[in-house]
Amino acid sequence: MGEVKKTPFYDKHVALNGKIIDYNGWQLPVQFPQGLVEEVHDTRNRATIFDVSHMGEVSVEGKDAEAYLQKILTNDISKLKDNAIIYSPVCYSDGGVVDDILVYRHNIESFFLVVNAANTDKDYEWFQENSFGDVRLQNLSSEYAQIALQGPNSEEILQELTDVDLGEIKFYNFRADVSVAGVNSIVSRTGYTGEDGFEIYCKNDGASALWDAVWEAGEKKELRPAGLGARDVLRLEASLPLYGHELSKDLTPLQAGLNRFVALDKTVAFNGQEALKKQKQEGFNRKLFGLEMLERGVPREDYPVKSGEEEIGWISSGSFSPTLGKFIAMAFLDPEVAGQGEKVSVLIRKRIYRAKITKMPFYRRDN
Amino acid sequence: MKYNVIDGLKYTQQHEWVRQEGGTAVVGLSDYAQDKLGEIVFVELPDVGSEVEAGKSAAVIESVKAVADLYAPVDGKVTEVNEALLDQPEVINQDPYGEGWVFKVEIKDESQLEALMDKPAYEEFIIKEEEEE
Repeated sequence: MGEVKKTPFYDKHVALNGKIIDYNGWQLPVQFPQGLVEEVHDTRNRATIFDVSHMGEVSVEGKDAEAYLQKILTNDISKLKDNAIIYSPVCYSDGGVVDDILVYRHNIESFFLVVNAANTDKDYEWFQENSFGDVRLQNLSSEYAQIALQGPNSEEILQELTDVDLGEIKFYNFRADVSVAGVNSIVSRTGYTGEDGFEIYCKNDGASALWDAVWEAGEKKELRPAGLGARDVLRLEASLPLYGHELSKDLTPLQAGLNRFVALDKTVAFNGQEALKKQKQEGFNRKLFGLEMLERGVPREDYPVKSGEEEIGWISSGSFSPTLGKFIAMAFLDPEVAGQGEKVSVLIRKRIYRAKITKMPFYRRDN
Repeated sequence: MKYNVIDGLKYTQQHEWVRQEGGTAVVGLSDYAQDKLGEIVFVELPDVGSEVEAGKSAAVIESVKAVADLYAPVDGKVTEVNEALLDQPEVINQDPYGEGWVFKVEIKDESQLEALMDKPAYEEFIIKEEEEE
């Protein structure tokens, strides 16, 4: 195994009595003393602060940066404006997924990619292998810290710390070089919880001051810390995919239902285009569906899903949902059976538990 | 000690507690164990009349993030299970030594109970386990 890495916020988590675990080589808090369920409620109803410094950051610059990204991304960035963000899978030529990432456009010759922690090294190699022309890549992952401030009180908290009018930063937009309590930051209206909120990036040397400032500003607004456990449940409630669960080298974005982010008819050829077109035409035998348990039982990753005696797929992510008070899961199922709105069952330790196919997202915030 | 450990009960190394009531052993999960697990959302109980074996899994307790076995502290036949937990598993978090009991076993061999830890021994055991974390 590699080295044990600590983020610049490690001491903050210890001071807050966070329960620290190893997450892909990173020492990060899985939960805080109030517990995962409370952390989920806090995020939905007030605001929480997450350390997401483990995420990787890569800059892409040069005259061919846009053409290069058009080749490696399944999504179409030709309409992406400055200071806007787009979500996109990155595929292999067979349509399997390298990673799913966020693409920030500073300008047409300068982009900032945010990638999954576990995939950072693999992604960077892939980015380099596919590079051409005037493209300069830099892996900045070890230089950046990142805070996710999530929940309805987020804007009010953050606004106290900056002169930039946050109301003007719409969902999936960002501003660079924003002074947040004197710390030069990228402020991005994004998140992985299904709530309004911000992701704030800064260089490591400003990280501690940034955290303290956000924490202090949040005191009056009931800001609480939240860990990886809550983050995973929140993203499941919002039906956001997680690499290694809903996406992998063996699963395509079409199977995961991410058609909106796959521009099959993009005029520029991109990695995986032919394979994905073919898959769309021919169909596939496993596709992502939402499940809701009809009796109490916790659906967990890899549990088999059945229709009658027939096994029709597996759970990719599942949990108790504190927000809905239900047991929910995402599952890759045979679309011919599951598409009918069928009642199905989940095999949990040799016993069958009834479940039904349900629409995703499980949770959507009121606007 | 941060965790509640009750005098008069016996404890296992897997953090079950046992209360002897005549020839019956009442079994539950210790305060330390429920705290470590977090919010309990599901309990799978043994069948009444089934035989359980000391050290073998007899019930399953699940929190949001984790699945944990509850091991039988002694051999014997299950005489009663706490069915209220099926609908309200969180009672184990709220009252682990009272309303949160899990099942009752007819004791076959009392020496199995004597081998378990008492309050001071269990407290020491918890401290050691915490240090190792």
